[in-house]
Amino acid sequence: MSEPLPVLKTYKLFVGGAFPRSESGRVYEVTDAKGQWLANAPLASRKDARDAVVAARKAFPRWSGATAYNRGQVLYRVAEMVQGRREQFRAEVAAGDGLSKSKAAAVVDAAIDRLVWYAGWSDKVAQVAGGANPVAGPYFNLSTPEPTGVVAVLAPGGSSLLGLVSVLAPVLTTGNVAVVVASERAPLPALSLAEALATSDVPGGVVNVLSGTTAELARPLAAHQDVNAIDLTGAEGELATELEVLAAENLKRVRRPDPAEDFASAPGTDRLLGFLETKTVWHPTGV
Amino acid sequence: MTCHYARRYARLVTMSLKADPPTAPTPPAPPKDAPTPAPLADVTASDASLRRFLHGLPGVDAVGLEARAAALGTRSIKTTAKAYALDLAISMIDLTTLEGADTPGKVRALCAKGRNPDPTDRSTPPVAAICVYSDLVAVAREALAGSDVAVASVATAFPAGRAARAVKLADTAEAVAAGADEVDMVIDRGAFLAGRYLSVFEEIVAVRAACGDAHLKVILENGELATYDNIRRASWLAMLAGADFIKTSTGKVGVNATPANTLLMLQAVRDFRAATGRQIGVKPAGGIRTAKDAVKFLVLVNETAGPDWLSPTWFRFGASSLLNDLLMQRQKLGTGRYSGPDYVTVD
Repeated sequence: MSEPLPVLKTYKLFVGGAFPRSESGRVYEVTDAKGQWLANAPLASRKDARDAVVAARKAFPRWSGATAYNRGQVLYRVAEMVQGRREQFRAEVAAGDGLSKSKAAAVVDAAIDRLVWYAGWSDKVAQVAGGANPVAGPYFNLSTPEPTGVVAVLAPGGSSLLGLVSVLAPVLTTGNVAVVVASERAPLPALSLAEALATSDVPGGVVNVLSGTTAELARPLAAHQDVNAIDLTGAEGELATELEVLAAENLKRVRRPDPAEDFASAPGTDRLLGFLETKTVWHPTGV
Repeated sequence: MTCHYARRYARLVTMSLKADPPTAPTPPAPPKDAPTPAPLADVTASDASLRRFLHGLPGVDAVGLEARAAALGTRSIKTTAKAYALDLAISMIDLTTLEGADTPGKVRALCAKGRNPDPTDRSTPPVAAICVYSDLVAVAREALAGSDVAVASVATAFPAGRAARAVKLADTAEAVAAGADEVDMVIDRGAFLAGRYLSVFEEIVAVRAACGDAHLKVILENGELATYDNIRRASWLAMLAGADFIKTSTGKVGVNATPANTLLMLQAVRDFRAATGRQIGVKPAGGIRTAKDAVKFLVLVNETAGPDWLSPTWFRFGASSLLNDLLMQRQKLGTGRYSGPDYVTVD
């Protein structure tokens, strides 16, 4: 009995619910923390980013129109899928982030916890961020939070799975759709998470995952007129400033990076409330 | 790909034929009262001779045609050439609304958009025409007063074409009387498929007469003609009958304008000009939604019929949503930023 031939995995982008290669045909070598080759990941181009935004925009009405309860269920389902692929994620996180086996296992478990935590928030956000406002007149005055729209998410470079889930899940919970730029150094967990997303009732286009050079992908996304918000967590220093300037053109909502952010600690509602727009309606009381 | 079948076959059906080479400059159009070009006059003398002519046209190599259309679709058009192509495509659009729910207000809004497609950039060219149902021609005419944008009207019981000839002619006359510059008629596909070619021919000739000075576009409805051979025959039939344009489809059936069937029609108009000296326009309609598709069609035109056809006088796009994508691409070229649907009108 000979050794079975190992089948190497082709990592691909995740755009509009499909797994295409980069439009440019480019790939780059992904190595572990010690410089050992792990796999080739697609090196996405600005045209992939453009396609991802189109796919996200198309998916927005359905996802934002789904009931909050349903979105919570779907996110919970994502947690289930990640749970089922725990071994794969452990190996990828250990290699990508340079963690020991036990630490990688703890990180994956924390990521699953994080998904479940945000899943629970989906139908509670409106009560925290909205409500009835007291006004001096015979009116009801009601504020409700609504999703911002297409959010470009630059995933943190250092925490390839927990960091990614921590920035992605709050965006999805509130009904936004996302174009994610995975960690440039360790994109494999993000590309595998896309496979979990594809099999967990997340409609195609709601999450789009691109791997490649953060700067190359972030610039067209920050300048894109059809992107409503950008989370700059994965951008550093000069680049973050440049992206802010680009994002100002169409008044994108911008979340600035916090270099000291610790993804292992309790997240709070900060990110959850970061990509919401408040709609306030006045309505006669009808006495 | 250059099969001068018209020249080859025309020699059989006419005694003498002095054909222009395909690259010859556009000769003057023949007078309106002589729609059938002289060199092929006897072709339409009887049902039998017309059938003999149409069935004598060489069969279409379907695989070769599709491969050629696909190969031309891979051309990369960038920077200044792209800017030229986008502006040309905008100026070739017949901005169309053909819904049961069309209101005068919607037509007026469409006319305003056609005159000035991008209010944020006045260098954007206007579209070629606004295409509406015949009862809304007057509204469009009024809304377009003082502009170069033409009014096109569908007629002859569009889209099915299933009505008595008197009704079709009355429909055409109404549209022209209301101020239509161009009339888009549908051929009687039932008669064509049943082999009654002369009946189809006579109907086009009758509508041609009812059009007066208006340009006549003849819709072949490729999706219902079933084969490429039929599309070639219908193209020649319409051109012989005096069409100013041949148009792929109504946009109301499953298969509309495809690169392959448009390529086939472009070959037909090229060969028709070589045979008769008369230049005919082509209008693909339906299913062309992105700027990328539009540029592919322009490549087909340039490589098949030639640059003589690269003008709104000889090539049109029947489209509605295409314009928005062209405008977004145009904005991208101008600003370097990808644009979005928030920056164009919702139709």
